[in-house]
Amino acid sequence: MKAAVIVLAALHAAILLAFVLAPYPYADQHRDYPYAPPSHVHFSGARPFVYGLAATAGGYTEERSRTYPVRFLVHGRLFGVDQPGVLFLFGTDGLGRDTFSRVLYGGQLSLLTGLLASAVALALGLLFGASAGYFGGWADRVLMRGGELTMAVPWLYLLLGVRAFLPLHIGTGETFLLLIAIIGGIGWFRPARLVRGIALSGRERPFVQAARGFGASHFYLLRRHVVPLTWGVLITQATVLIPQFVLAEVSLSFLGLGIGEPVPSWGNMLAEGRQYYAILEHPWLLAPGFALIPFLFGYLWIADGLSAKYRST
Amino acid sequence: MRYLAARALHSLFLLIGVSILCFLFASLAPGDFYSELSMTPQVSSGTISALRKNAGEDRPFVARYGSWVASVARGDFGYSLAFGAPAGPIVRERIGATLLLTVTATLLAWLIAVPWGVWSAASRGKWVDGTSRVILASFLSFPNLLLAIVLLAIAAQTGAFPIGGLASRDAASLTASARLRDTVWHLALPVAVLVAGMLPVIARHVRSAVAEALDSPFVLNARAQGIPRRRLLFRHALPAALNPLITLFGLSLGTLLSASLLVEVVVGWPGLGPLFLDAIMARDFAIVLAVVMLSTVFLIAGNLVADLLLYRFDPRIRVRS
Repeated sequence: MKAAVIVLAALHAAILLAFVLAPYPYADQHRDYPYAPPSHVHFSGARPFVYGLAATAGGYTEERSRTYPVRFLVHGRLFGVDQPGVLFLFGTDGLGRDTFSRVLYGGQLSLLTGLLASAVALALGLLFGASAGYFGGWADRVLMRGGELTMAVPWLYLLLGVRAFLPLHIGTGETFLLLIAIIGGIGWFRPARLVRGIALSGRERPFVQAARGFGASHFYLLRRHVVPLTWGVLITQATVLIPQFVLAEVSLSFLGLGIGEPVPSWGNMLAEGRQYYAILEHPWLLAPGFALIPFLFGYLWIADGLSAKYRST
Repeated sequence: MRYLAARALHSLFLLIGVSILCFLFASLAPGDFYSELSMTPQVSSGTISALRKNAGEDRPFVARYGSWVASVARGDFGYSLAFGAPAGPIVRERIGATLLLTVTATLLAWLIAVPWGVWSAASRGKWVDGTSRVILASFLSFPNLLLAIVLLAIAAQTGAFPIGGLASRDAASLTASARLRDTVWHLALPVAVLVAGMLPVIARHVRSAVAEALDSPFVLNARAQGIPRRRLLFRHALPAALNPLITLFGLSLGTLLSASLLVEVVVGWPGLGPLFLDAIMARDFAIVLAVVMLSTVFLIAGNLVADLLLYRFDPRIRVRS
């Protein structure tokens, strides 16, 4: 599990540092190089370099006469090549934009959506779950019945349905916030129910009873005694929810209901794959999909480890 | 029996709640089917408000909800403005294709996952279990969306499987057996994607449930009595582990209409998925509502079936109620 945490942290850092790691800004269009294949990086000794790229009738060929060394720490980026040379590690899309850079930048939006939406869901879950379980009575009944409504509708349909009832054409920033609100607002019930169970039993624990006997207020009891009991569940739920919510963003943007061009997200980048013949010709366009795999795997591994840990204690 | 009646009543209330909520959302939604029309300069705003009035969209919320419920009772599910016809028949036409896909996939996934999970639980701590867990985790980490695209591209490359659709163009002229083969051939790709998505979830649940059952004293006793391994696993441990699996099975049944949405869209399967997406894009709320309500009915019914099965197979629940 430790290895999974380290790998995940490194991947997140790479995405976070996209503005340094990516050789090009995400909107940079190399109009002469649409659908360029991934660049071959050659080595002379230990020094990497690429050949010039020339468009031919059937695609692209390397011009052996021109060489461009891959230089490090240039133009404020970690690596890159001088103009007019080009360095496309994962090729380019139809507008000549560097897929590698866009995968890094796209990850920022996709992961941030997942992380913030989970934060929203967990915060709502903690708030509603803890107060429902702790206070009981009619508040408990209303919250749990209300939450069941969101569980009664299939998750993806609910997501799309709520999205359907909101404006289609809005700016990227608004869409981003909207996605977080929708995904988090729909996903809070499962953590809330788990938190409620813990709060319900925590209320009867001897040390909570004792504190109440000493005259502690409800707020103090919740903050000091009940909420700390729920950390284990919250952390485990976070590792389950984050990948699920990242996938939700990817699905929505893939279907054209999420974040739109020109800002990249893994979902709207994958949308090019809806034309399978485009994928046949340019398989590197699937890079954002494959970028998801290590994240999903890492979170899954940690979630398994955590739930085993908290079950055994 | 009281228990069942209470559960059914609860489900009914849940359904009514969902329908009111959906309807409320739909009426609060900014923009409707006619807002795209207002972009066209030839259509005056008077025409549009007349059209809205004609569709009865200017009435108060309660009146519209009432007429919608009446139309659901008739099986119409409201009037689809994009199709110019009642939504019910349009949706019903697509359900068959979706069910064909999901029922096949769900059946296959369970048939593979149960023995897989039991076998994995039985060999805990050995390399077999370790490998199987890594395989399942990898399956789970491979997004369905990506798998669908990759398989589609491979199919297009090799020509081994048809791309999109449910049947070949000349299917009507084929003999029954050839038509069956044609359908199976078309099903293979989307079913493979769906099974790859469902299998790891089920198998992991089976594994943990059976593993827990294997730790209990009665299994040790059974083993001491010399009961053969296979009989021990499938006749003693599996029934004891059934409780969480039945709940999961209910969920499987409940998502029969919704599990395949993305896959259908990607591979061009003529089911509910593409219809739903088009309806969202066209702001055709009658179709959206009909599909959401139907899939909700399925989910609630699935949970109800799970409760019934639990009642039947788990004596502990019968005693408690």
